[in-house]
Amino acid sequence: MAAHLKKRVYEEFSKVVQLPQEEAPAKKLRLTKPSKSAALHIDLCKASNPTDALQYLLHFARSSVEAESVEGVVRILLEHYYKEQDNSVRLKIASLIGLLSKTQNFNPESILDDTLNTFNTEKSHQVLAQLLDTLLVIGTQLPESLIVRHRLIEVAYKHLSDTYFGVRNKCLQLLGCLGNVDTPLNKDGQGLVPAVIGDAQSLISDYFADQDPRVRTAAIKAMLQLHERGLKIQQTIYDQACQLLCDDYEQVRSAAVQMVWVLSQLYPESIVPIPSSNEQVRLVDDSFGKISHMVSDGSWVVRVQAAKTLGNMLQVSPHFLEQTLDKKLMSDLRRKRTAHERAKELYASGEFSSGRKWADDAPKEKVDTSAVNLIASGACGAFVHGLEDEMYEVRIAAVDALSALAQSSASFAEKCLDFLVDMFNDEIEEVRLQSIHVLRQISTNITLREDQLDTVLAVLEDSSRDIREALHELLCFTNVSTKECIQLALLELLKNLTKYPTDRNSVWKCLKFLGCRHPTLVLPLVPELLSTHPYFHTPEPDMDDPAYIAVLVLVFNAAQSCPTMTALFSDHTFRHYTYLRDSLSHLVPPLRAPGVSGIEGSGSVESAQLFLQQSLSRISTIHNLQDPGAQDLLNFTIRDLQRLGELQTELAGAADFSATYLRCQLLLTKALQEKLWTMAVPLCLKHNAMATAAAKQMLEETYKLEFLYSGLENRQVATIHHVRLQAKALQLVLTARTRRGLFVVELPHLQESFVGKLLDLSPKLSACKPGELVKILQTTLRQSGFLNLQLPKQVQRASATIIEPTGESDNPLRFTSGLVVALDIDATLEHVQDPHNTVKVQVLYPDGQSHVIQPKPGDFRSPGPHRHRLITQVYLSHSAWTEACQIEVRLLLAYSSSRLCKAVWSDSSTEGLQPAEGATEGTIPFGKPVKVFIMPKPARR
Amino acid sequence: MPEIKVTPLGAGQDVGRSCILVSIGGKNIMLDCGMHMGFNDDRRFPDFSYITQQGRLTEFLDCVIISHFHLDHCGALPYMSEMVGYDGPIYMTHPTKAICPILLEDFRKITVDKKGETNFFTSQMIKDCMKKVVPLNLHQTVQVDDELEIKAYYAGHVLGAAMVQIKVGSESVVYTGDYNMTPDRHLGAAWIDKCRPDILISESTYATTIRDSKRCRERDFLKKVHETVERGGKVLIPVFALGRAQELCILLETFWERMNMKAPIYFSTGLTEKANHYYKLFITWTNQKIRKTFVQRNMFEFKHIKAFDRSYADNPGPMVVFATPGMLHAGQSLQIFKKWAGNEKNMIIMPGYCVQGTIGHKILNGQKKLEMENRQTLEVKLQVEYMSFSAHADAKGIMQLIRMAEPRNMLLVHGEAKKMEFLKDKIEQEFTINCFMPANGETTTVITNPSVPVDISLNLLKREMALGGPLPDPKKPRTMHGTLIMKDNSLRLVSPEQALKELGLNEHQLRFTCRVQYRKTEFTIFIVFSSSYLVKAWLVLKGYTIQHLPDGTVMVESIVIKVSSSAEEPNTKVLLLSWSYQDEDLGSFLSTLLKKGLPSGLSSM
Repeated sequence: MAAHLKKRVYEEFSKVVQLPQEEAPAKKLRLTKPSKSAALHIDLCKASNPTDALQYLLHFARSSVEAESVEGVVRILLEHYYKEQDNSVRLKIASLIGLLSKTQNFNPESILDDTLNTFNTEKSHQVLAQLLDTLLVIGTQLPESLIVRHRLIEVAYKHLSDTYFGVRNKCLQLLGCLGNVDTPLNKDGQGLVPAVIGDAQSLISDYFADQDPRVRTAAIKAMLQLHERGLKIQQTIYDQACQLLCDDYEQVRSAAVQMVWVLSQLYPESIVPIPSSNEQVRLVDDSFGKISHMVSDGSWVVRVQAAKTLGNMLQVSPHFLEQTLDKKLMSDLRRKRTAHERAKELYASGEFSSGRKWADDAPKEKVDTSAVNLIASGACGAFVHGLEDEMYEVRIAAVDALSALAQSSASFAEKCLDFLVDMFNDEIEEVRLQSIHVLRQISTNITLREDQLDTVLAVLEDSSRDIREALHELLCFTNVSTKECIQLALLELLKNLTKYPTDRNSVWKCLKFLGCRHPTLVLPLVPELLSTHPYFHTPEPDMDDPAYIAVLVLVFNAAQSCPTMTALFSDHTFRHYTYLRDSLSHLVPPLRAPGVSGIEGSGSVESAQLFLQQSLSRISTIHNLQDPGAQDLLNFTIRDLQRLGELQTELAGAADFSATYLRCQLLLTKALQEKLWTMAVPLCLKHNAMATAAAKQMLEETYKLEFLYSGLENRQVATIHHVRLQAKALQLVLTARTRRGLFVVELPHLQESFVGKLLDLSPKLSACKPGELVKILQTTLRQSGFLNLQLPKQVQRASATIIEPTGESDNPLRFTSGLVVALDIDATLEHVQDPHNTVKVQVLYPDGQSHVIQPKPGDFRSPGPHRHRLITQVYLSHSAWTEACQIEVRLLLAYSSSRLCKAVWSDSSTEGLQPAEGATEGTIPFGKPVKVFIMPKPARR
Repeated sequence: MPEIKVTPLGAGQDVGRSCILVSIGGKNIMLDCGMHMGFNDDRRFPDFSYITQQGRLTEFLDCVIISHFHLDHCGALPYMSEMVGYDGPIYMTHPTKAICPILLEDFRKITVDKKGETNFFTSQMIKDCMKKVVPLNLHQTVQVDDELEIKAYYAGHVLGAAMVQIKVGSESVVYTGDYNMTPDRHLGAAWIDKCRPDILISESTYATTIRDSKRCRERDFLKKVHETVERGGKVLIPVFALGRAQELCILLETFWERMNMKAPIYFSTGLTEKANHYYKLFITWTNQKIRKTFVQRNMFEFKHIKAFDRSYADNPGPMVVFATPGMLHAGQSLQIFKKWAGNEKNMIIMPGYCVQGTIGHKILNGQKKLEMENRQTLEVKLQVEYMSFSAHADAKGIMQLIRMAEPRNMLLVHGEAKKMEFLKDKIEQEFTINCFMPANGETTTVITNPSVPVDISLNLLKREMALGGPLPDPKKPRTMHGTLIMKDNSLRLVSPEQALKELGLNEHQLRFTCRVQYRKTEFTIFIVFSSSYLVKAWLVLKGYTIQHLPDGTVMVESIVIKVSSSAEEPNTKVLLLSWSYQDEDLGSFLSTLLKKGLPSGLSSM
């Protein structure tokens, strides 16, 4: 009897497991497919006129066809193809065949012959073009088959002389995609291939001079395609390509620019003669000149292409490169110096540009009229044109190209500085932003002059936050030449700070780097900055003033590498130092100075690493968690690790990770304490509550472990899963203990993989009845040893800081109830993978109501590696309150449920929000919540 | 030979009163009809008596085209149309049509009401004149009559400025008006396609100047204004009401906003408000930035710029004033200048070109004492700055336009002779095309080589296509056989058969025949055979078809070769050769080969 019962239980289990796998509807669909081709056949037969047939075909094109029936459908289509008189229907059939051949798991080779046969009878050019297109589709799907390729190429070759441009276009496309790339292969298939087909390259280049611009474009594109597939293009077509640069049609010119560029990359060092002179230049220089010329083309598409291409020509000689920034000014035939040159001279002579003197830009020397070259030959002034272009697309392309070239050549970087700085005044924000970014990228190579810095700093007043922050970022990496520059920069940054107080963090960070980089320049400024006086005591500045903090950040960072500076500090400066060192430790470095007490004992990363390892290895000596002392050891280790994480930011991730893991173990141990389990159930309600809470917390912690940390390896994930398994087992056991009656009913719901697997693996268990099973589980659980944790190399904890709202404001945000108010949120996220999908904003109202808002992808910016910035607005609304109250705003990290075995758990818990304990199912709160005062007022009537 | 004649009535080696007559393909066109700022007498208008001594101009002109609304390009329009008399169409773009009457009215007011001139055009005349205007759209081809068509291209310079292509048959002329190749704060750059006109008539104001980048200019300008205002000085910027003024307004407006400046900016005359209204309307004619952002905010809705009142000029404290006109020759700008000239804290910024004879021109050349009316002298103490904001193409820009359009001839107007000379040399040197620079009243004649369009029958074309090669090579001319029929003012090329049919003529065949005699010896027979093999081999090589007919004759295409022996002289063999007119080349070659080629062939053997 007992055995029979067991069997029934088992059967029940197995039934439950199978249910979700059934997917009956899919099969149904499949059954209808074969009849479809027949239906098509009937439809087409019914069609009395071409319009009807076309309608049927269009209708047919919308539905999908199974791989098995494709061949049949194609045959029916072809049958009609031969019968059909109307071109448009034939064309549609041809395109349908192409579409069908793309069906997955279908080998298009089987319909190749049939398709090729259609060429024999076809007269319409349009249909021919479409058929060739179909061949192209088939051919690209069979790249390995040489014979197929040869046959297709043969067809293409035959139709190359067609009078219709579309056919020639498609033929060239076919040649480009399928033409022979490597000559040796050609020899093998010589029997099949006429000699002509082997040389696709010369064949295509014949069509560079076609009468139709579309064919010319197709020819160039086909050639580029061949190049992409690995064919080495011959240098002989260079001249042809250069001629195409002067074509009448923009798409030809645009393609030709690419062609010339490809050639310049293939043969950079070969020598080409300059026409009308005896000189010779390198090919890459020659092509650089020619492409530069295209920057002043009539079509902006070509200009963008040319400007982009210039950025990819890094082998060009410096002489040519510098010409791109060349501009000779002239006024009434007198040579005039450019504003840049004037600025430089004024700087050199030590005089600040007055800009007031009449005619200080008056032309001086007389220009030799024959020497003035008005038409910019070669690379002359290409970037001067590009940066002044009408279309911002061209300007951005030019800025990008400048950046690429400047990164490879320091001298060029120096030269293009003026131009980039000029771009800061562009009328389009994107361009300004891009040029600031570019300047940052090349700023390691350059030092800004005072007048340049002046222009740069003027942008700090820009009302766009992105621009300002990009500029701060730039200033972090900038080298300046004089102490006046530092002073100027500080002054402007402070101005910025007063104008836009929200920039506080960014400004401080900027000053930190500025101080680090220029200790010697800051040194002479220190007395002035700290307003110390040799005789008099000056009043102590306000410690909460962001401007004062900014100055201190600059000074302290400079003092780090300039030991003499501390001597200039007054007493209160030292006091402020210790305060700031503690409160803004990321901005204020440790200083070695007489006035500073030596609390800066935190050792190097290595020693901390060692400590971490030691703590972990000490833990690993525990074999059984029930051992006396084991819990204490865990407790201490957890404490140690937490402190370590606070001290050493580099190891915070690893330390936190280990501590959390250990806490889980500790929780488990506590929950399984021997004496409690032996008690009768009704007696230990309290204990049960405690154990349930522990199990729940463990589960939460495992999710945190798995998703909050980046850099985990499979091994750690497995360990985490193991812990989760234990937690769930614990829950199961607890449920079994507390609610005996319900248990059998509930059991299917608790059917996690754990029990199922246990049953699978151990045949002994399979014969148990539920009660026994639980008992076995309980003992197994209690006997389970401590699983040692292996730390991966890099563990980083995802973190988020809400910068705005600060939560300090006492002024409630007032709005009329029922309407919405927008709350600006500004947060930085670190080490968050794919924040666009995972990060959400949660708003908790005092009444327990909560909203989760998914920010737009555009709200995320990425200012650095592993760093993201969320600047978004959340809309708040509520019914009227009698007085202002705080709402809580926090960030949530959603983990994708696909990575979870969600089957049962998501059934029992409601999808979405459970604000009760603050944890939302499927999301982990991270970062500190911020409180915001709001006050919805009743609407006035 | 067909020719195009160009006669400048104004702007020939000069700036001001642009007016150029073009006769092309039997049509006469007047390009622009402007006035001269420097003169107050008859010289201010073009000399229309050049066209006709008496009577109206209507019958002498097919159309008048106005490139943009500046007075030196349209100032004489009411005078010409209403006082001299012209009733034909006047073409201008929509913005020009909208703004032009405002400026003309303003001009009339100054001349008549302020200076008290009589015999000037009236408001009604301006209205009547504007009724004759036909508006143009960019890139729209307008048929003036059956043969004459015009097309407008974007020219930058000012709102609505256009370059015009005038086309009669395959002859064409492009007139640029004033144009600008570098975009600015409110307008884009001029653009033209590769239209390859016979003559490109270009302005050449800055023929000898290559300007610095506009960004430097803008920065300099802002810096100067900023410094003066911070010093508490007043800045006067004389502008023409429309054009540069709007650009500078946008520039200052954005700068003020960015720097959070408080000093007031004023714009004189109520005219501007009306004009600004049009700038707001014609957004499509502005640059990329304004076009893209006008949905959020129309850039021409200024926040910081207010209307000027005459009493403000005496207010203390810094201010910036835009005042018209731009060359300080009259009006409000001159009045304010007189008030502010004595203080060295103040500054005047001349943002554009000044014609000789104006006060603007004088102070720019450093004159410190000015003679005013009533024998007064004015000392100039304020700083004078020149910022080249004038939106004309510089030398490089002109060259760039030439490269874009690829004209066959070049003609320079609207510039100083000395400067033109330089540019002319450069153009001739760089592009190897002719360049002209006629003075006023001087006619330039350009002989054109127009292509004559001929209708060809499709059948003939297809036949010819089928005959030769895979595809026609577009770069090489190809000969074809056909008959040219000139009938009813049209030319047609048809196949000879069709021509015969149409003309009702019978076809006659023309054949050449010749006999070649050989002495019948073994030797000659050998020669005949061997040579015929040689010939045959050569013919096959060249791809001719050879047929052997049963009676022993050989046909090469249409050439018949027959060997016969005459009855009288059995010792000689006669080779009969006959070919049709069409195969003349081959036939004569064969006959010479058979006659003369043999002995040499023999010797070589």
